[in-house]
Amino acid sequence: MAHAHKLEILRGLIKFKSNTQKIWGVLILLSIITAVEVVLGIYKPEVLMTQILGMKGLNWIFIILTLAKAYYITWDFMHMRDEKASLRRMVVWTAVFLICYLIFILLQEGGYIFDIYDEAYIKRDF
Amino acid sequence: MDSTVVSTGTEGKTWGGGNRPLGASYGKLMMWFFIVSDALTFSGFLAAYGFSRFKFIDSWPIADEVFTHVPFLHGQELPMIYVAFMTFILIMSSVTMVLAVDAGHKLDKKKVTLYMFLTIIGGAIFVGSQAWEWATFIKGDYGAVQTKGGNILQFLNTEGERVAISEFATPIADARTEHERSNGLWFVEEGTLTTYSINEVVQGFEANPDLLVRTQTLTETGEKTILSREESLLTLKTNGQSVVEGANLRVNEYGTSLFADFFFFITGFHGFHVFSGVVINIIIFFNVILGTYERRGSYEMVEKVGLYWHFVDLVWVFVFTFFYLV
Repeated sequence: MAHAHKLEILRGLIKFKSNTQKIWGVLILLSIITAVEVVLGIYKPEVLMTQILGMKGLNWIFIILTLAKAYYITWDFMHMRDEKASLRRMVVWTAVFLICYLIFILLQEGGYIFDIYDEAYIKRDF
Repeated sequence: MDSTVVSTGTEGKTWGGGNRPLGASYGKLMMWFFIVSDALTFSGFLAAYGFSRFKFIDSWPIADEVFTHVPFLHGQELPMIYVAFMTFILIMSSVTMVLAVDAGHKLDKKKVTLYMFLTIIGGAIFVGSQAWEWATFIKGDYGAVQTKGGNILQFLNTEGERVAISEFATPIADARTEHERSNGLWFVEEGTLTTYSINEVVQGFEANPDLLVRTQTLTETGEKTILSREESLLTLKTNGQSVVEGANLRVNEYGTSLFADFFFFITGFHGFHVFSGVVINIIIFFNVILGTYERRGSYEMVEKVGLYWHFVDLVWVFVFTFFYLV
């Protein structure tokens, strides 16, 4: 990896002078995201409680913010930004593909079993 | 003597060897592969959690009502504050780790030592916090009654505040004592009895007209269903089977027993990763002090454990979201 660090985040919106500075910058970014999550989680604004694509709007925000955090941890703390494209793709795409597939089949199945419990003659409340 | 090295005529070509197509050392590449496989293990757990949650989507416990405690602030309901603190500690120790890696690139032994030390401290605080979180979860706070169907009934007063069973249960004189080997059949044992028996709870409930029962079923707006006084009495008397205090792998007072199972399993597996990360960090820390990497001329080992440490942080970010937020 040598000592060449790419020193910009947010597509060049913020540029840092040194690697150390970038680390603190990313920490501030991650802390802000976490703070937003915690505040939303405590106050739960009514507007965000409506259902969007089968889930509460608030939950979608949490998941998107989590993925953003994961991106910065991997790209800047684990130096994925400085690795070769081939290494990056090998690691990230493999994991992303398999995880998406796993989530899809398991959640699909879970929803199906819920329907069976809900509609069929299975008594659970006794 | 001629050299035994045979010239293959491929020197300098793509397949002649000596290429580094990924630009990373063997050790670092293997760490990345390990991380991918470990990430799949964790997503297996989290996806299984999602499966169970979708299966019981209308009765899953609400995390905000379960994790409300903060050390030294006894009796106050502060959902999420403590977990947010733990998250911050772990991110912070990730930062000191990446600073150690950065100092390693500059071959600055003093700074690597300092930052590795801070990373270990952060990890230790996190593991300690998790132990406290487990202890609080296992102990429970209000107690509940389990029905014959395995559902959980919790108790409220008319203002909608939770009431602990110890506040209203009336002791009955003839309550049975725990069966031990010494006072009964020598080959039969039983688990610890709960502080109050189901009859004591039912009697206490009848004696306090301002108490209501809350079932684990969620309403349209995502809150737990509260029964009327008549329904409460009927449900408690006909369905109530046993008293539940706290949580274990069989039952828990917070709701579906799967919730506690997944809590112990996922945070436990993550906590074990943090623990082993701290141990590996300590080994590397001493190697740094002894000057192993100074002599080697490269601090790449710090970078490799750094990758593992950041991965542990990465997993926590997801556990935090799916266990405490969503």
